[in-house]
Amino acid sequence: MKTPYSAFSLLRGALNGQKHWEPAWRDPEPKASYDVIIIGGGGHGLATAYYLAKVHGIRNVAVLEKGWIGGGNVGRNTTLVRSNYRLPQLHNFFEFGLKLWHGLSDDLNYNVMFSPRGAMFLGHNDGDMIKLAERGDAMRCDGIDAELLTPKQIAKIEPLLDLSRTARFPIDGALIQWRAGTARHDAVAWGYARAADALGVDIIQKCEVTGFVKDGNRIIGVETSRGRILAGRTGICVAGHSGHVAGLAGLRLPIESQTLQALVTEGVKPMVQSVVMSQSLHFYISQSDKGGIVMGGDPDNWPSYARRGQPTIKEHAIAQAVTCMPALSRLRMLRTWSGVTDMSFDGSPIIGPSPIDGLYLNAGWCYGGFKATPASGWTYAHTLATGKPHALNAPFSLERFMTGATIDETSVGPFPNHR
Amino acid sequence: MYQITCPHCGPRAQTEFTYERTTDSVVDPAGDAQTAMQALYTRANPMGLDDEIWRHTYGCRAWMVLTRHRVSHEIHAVKAIGPEALP
Repeated sequence: MKTPYSAFSLLRGALNGQKHWEPAWRDPEPKASYDVIIIGGGGHGLATAYYLAKVHGIRNVAVLEKGWIGGGNVGRNTTLVRSNYRLPQLHNFFEFGLKLWHGLSDDLNYNVMFSPRGAMFLGHNDGDMIKLAERGDAMRCDGIDAELLTPKQIAKIEPLLDLSRTARFPIDGALIQWRAGTARHDAVAWGYARAADALGVDIIQKCEVTGFVKDGNRIIGVETSRGRILAGRTGICVAGHSGHVAGLAGLRLPIESQTLQALVTEGVKPMVQSVVMSQSLHFYISQSDKGGIVMGGDPDNWPSYARRGQPTIKEHAIAQAVTCMPALSRLRMLRTWSGVTDMSFDGSPIIGPSPIDGLYLNAGWCYGGFKATPASGWTYAHTLATGKPHALNAPFSLERFMTGATIDETSVGPFPNHR
Repeated sequence: MYQITCPHCGPRAQTEFTYERTTDSVVDPAGDAQTAMQALYTRANPMGLDDEIWRHTYGCRAWMVLTRHRVSHEIHAVKAIGPEALP
């Protein structure tokens, strides 16, 4: 049993020079076989392992990570957490996750610094406002909070937005979800890793999967850079590299990998209270607890695994954000980064069994995977434990693309580069 | 940012071009529904070379096929397509 993180532990440590702390997770050698192998030690993979052990009692589990945990997309996002989708399959799934977020720090005994500060979508014209009202109505029908704001109400929350009628992008209103917010991304990976490890899960870093071990049409394990490891069930959970890893098993997915960029400014005093997003333009900003303004925009709209973005795309997002909130123009950019996103062909994720026995898929999160971490882990754990999808991820099967039951929030069709 | 050599205009900034889709995702009008769905809804998405259809949208507006590396972004070949490519 690990020493719990608490004020009492800290006080106790004060008497012995804080020497009683141990590493947050072990660094085990891989065993020859496991009940379940999860490929990918990101937020989703670690959450899946945690819920497999905690909810389903399956503790003979390995999480294989080719780099280090928290080094992929869970450390490369803009940390936004929300459930304000219009389609019921999506908002019910993300709302289940949002409820888990609200109790996550206590559940993991790790402060994930979840900050439900409110997330608003701006409306710039009558059409936007109709769409936002429709989205809010759809959410409230399923018991999810949503509130339409007038420009006057917005001014009270975000006084620095340009709410004048002469603005380049006039703001007619917004839809806010108060229970949405941000979380500390690294802490989410570390918290899940520590909690899963305490339940017996092996987290194996620097272990790249290079192929699958097949017995007929059944996957019975993986070949890795640290040798062959057998498994009862194998789950792919590798975000932007889903196409590549599934390709090792001979699958072609409805996924194209693209680069998504984000950036952060120097730290300043509080100036952005909530999460401000515009979907008609495409930018989103929030202020981190350190004071930096975290900002993102469109993906680079062509396929790439490079993890380096094109500056003009970034410039686009910055221009939009500065136009809507002119005070941002005075800030200096501190850092930029990119991640590889798995853009699915209807904008929604894929969680469920694959066409190959023993192999399961958790992929296609596009640019919205971070907020899904707890719900994704919960439902994928259920799928891996029982072999069948949970009610919440049943709509997100791979077959939906062949049967025409796509879940296309933006009605774009099978063109991830137009999304 | 990189340059793409348009078969008609020569080397130009990448921002003048837009990506459309890969060549294996073009639907064959003579094919059956199953192959059409395969073309529309699946991709090889390799961590290596793939043949991609791009357009010089903010230039001469011609279509072309790039053989491009998905990690290094290196362009191995550019081929004109459409009526412009006819002799």
